[in-house]
Amino acid sequence: MIAPNLAVDIAGLKLKNPVMTASGTFGYGEEYADYFDLNALGAIVVKGLSITPRTGNPTPRIVETPSGMLNAIGLQNIGVRTFIDEKLPFLRQFDTKVIANFFGDSIEEYAECARMLSDAEGVHALEMNISCPNKQEGWIVFGTDPMTMDKVISVTRKSTALPLIVKLSPNVKDIGQMAKIAENAGADAVSAINTITGMVIDVRKRMPVLANKTGGLSGPAIRPVAVRMVWEVCRAVKIPVIGMGGIMNAEDALQFLIAGARAVAVGTANFINPSAAADVVEGLKLFLQDEGVSDINEIIGTLR
Amino acid sequence: MRRHFKAKVIDNNFAAESFKLITLSPASEVSVPLPGQFYMLESGRSTDPLLKRPFSIFRLNDGCLQFLYRVRGKGTTSIAGFNRGDFINVVGPLGKAYPDPEGPFIAVAGGVGIASLYSLLEKKRGKAMLFYGARNVRELICFEEASKLSAKAFSTTDDGSSGVKGLVTDKLSEFIKNEGRSMPVYACGPHPMLKKVAEIAKHNNLKCYVSLEEHMACGIGACLGCVVKSKSSAVEYEYKRVCKEGPVFDADEVLW
Ligand SMILES: Cc1cc2nc3c(=O)[nH]c(=O)nc-3n(C[C@H](O)[C@H](O)[C@H](O)COP(=O)(O)OP(=O)(O)OC[C@H]3O[C@@H](n4cnc5c(N)ncnc54)[C@H](O)[C@@H]3O)c2cc1C
Ligand SMILES: Cc1cc2nc3c(=O)[nH]c(=O)nc-3n(C[C@H](O)[C@H](O)[C@H](O)COP(=O)(O)O)c2cc1C
Ligand code: FES
Repeated sequence: MIAPNLAVDIAGLKLKNPVMTASGTFGYGEEYADYFDLNALGAIVVKGLSITPRTGNPTPRIVETPSGMLNAIGLQNIGVRTFIDEKLPFLRQFDTKVIANFFGDSIEEYAECARMLSDAEGVHALEMNISCPNKQEGWIVFGTDPMTMDKVISVTRKSTALPLIVKLSPNVKDIGQMAKIAENAGADAVSAINTITGMVIDVRKRMPVLANKTGGLSGPAIRPVAVRMVWEVCRAVKIPVIGMGGIMNAEDALQFLIAGARAVAVGTANFINPSAAADVVEGLKLFLQDEGVSDINEIIGTLR
Repeated sequence: MRRHFKAKVIDNNFAAESFKLITLSPASEVSVPLPGQFYMLESGRSTDPLLKRPFSIFRLNDGCLQFLYRVRGKGTTSIAGFNRGDFINVVGPLGKAYPDPEGPFIAVAGGVGIASLYSLLEKKRGKAMLFYGARNVRELICFEEASKLSAKAFSTTDDGSSGVKGLVTDKLSEFIKNEGRSMPVYACGPHPMLKKVAEIAKHNNLKCYVSLEEHMACGIGACLGCVVKSKSSAVEYEYKRVCKEGPVFDADEVLW
């Protein structure tokens, strides 16, 4: 049997396969180059970037939870300029699309960050992390308030010609409605889900374990919630959807694809198995061969 | 050389009450670890516990990797349950090693911190002045073997069941005061001990290297979970990754 087609198209962004890495779980790519050939991936999504470097939160920043983990990294990053000068040249060597995840704490910062990244050679698409607080509006999280979300996406949309992916927060009442807002504000695609806010308490100290008190839950523990939310998002919008949340292997990835996601991202699994994302690609190939399907696109959105 | 490999459990025995020694035979050719480097060991087949756990290389024995670990929580309890013949996933060697001491040096171990220093003692046979502190004599693991590898060895315990009763750092201060020789200090143990060792070294103008611990998710520099506050020339402070820029740091770099 000939090798099945794995290529997918996300708003004009052509991926050789639907497997990406989730932002914040794959560094700037180089950390994983020792473990597998990065050419195996559809896309690499890098750690969230801001205009100026961020130092991040105090420690402890992570704690394991049943089948998952909480993180409160605090968006530590090297800043857009250093990313472009020092990390992007390395990523340009690969025949893998590079998606820059970014954020800001004001609407202007989002727009400026998008502009800076759009001018850089080797950035193929942008992913906007809207799960951050807005300093101009009492630190309300952009992605949880419909009005703020609409505004930040509309303004950022105007500052870039690259495919703009909006990463949705799961910490909302109706994620389908939020996806619709993103679509109407000019997003080319949406990705979901970001981490779910959680907390762990040390009962002896009677204190939260994380220095930041709360953190974002990721890993297999959130998978059923993520699959349900991605399914709702797929029904709400026409633009492509990128699914993630607790994907450990190809079978998990297929749940998202069948629910309607055009692509998937592997996150926490990279920490447990450095070649997890490449293994998912291989697993998808085997599944298609096994099912006698010649094209991954014939699987997407086929939930009965 | 592969840094992510499967390894066969050759042995997983108690070294003392709540301390185990696991011996792993890599299934493929792997890199040789340096003293101070560490590995991420699989913590079980299921997703709970989920993350791998970091352990210093204790010894390289006959092509096998040995780790000495304290059974504490969910992860180490699960690892303690591995049986001879099991295959587990391993990532390593990772992180920065101890810089090679050129001549005699001081080694300060607190508890299971001996695991990280032992291979340095082996590599630099007869060169170390060892200071080893533990809660009690039962937790003073491999003190005898470690003494044989050292020029001099002192032990301290919290309850006086072996060596001097008291803190290993007090013994260290006393030695430096009396000896007065300039030697670099290498230390691994609980954070408060390391902080004290760094102070003593600074006070006496001795170079000092410490091996730090932090909660880790990836061990390879990607998650930014394991950072330590350190000095920076440009800004007030910066966070360095224990798994990548460490675990061994020049004590002067660390903002204690
Ligand atoms: C570079 C490095 C090398 C290490 N080498 C060794 C070694 O050679 N032998 C050994 O016994 N241990 C070593 N450790 C510590 C070991 O990784 C932890 O004891 C282990 O991860 C605890 O896992 P657990 O699930 O059993 O405990 P948990 O249930 O996760 O925690 C039990 C207790 O340990 C604390 N803890 C958890 N992880 C860490 C950590 N990484 N560092 C410090 N405290 C932690 C928790 O806060 C809790 O109080 C090392 C740690 C690092 C970072
Ligand atoms: C340590 C860590 C750091 C993360 N950093 C970011 C980030 O900078 N930007 C972002 O949009 N999402 C970030 N995420 C969220 C992931 O990209 C992903 O949405 C989430 O973890 C769910 O997928 P998973 O369960 O496969 O990890 C981070 C997640 C983790 C675990
Ligand atoms: S453990 Fe992930 S960066 Fe160090």
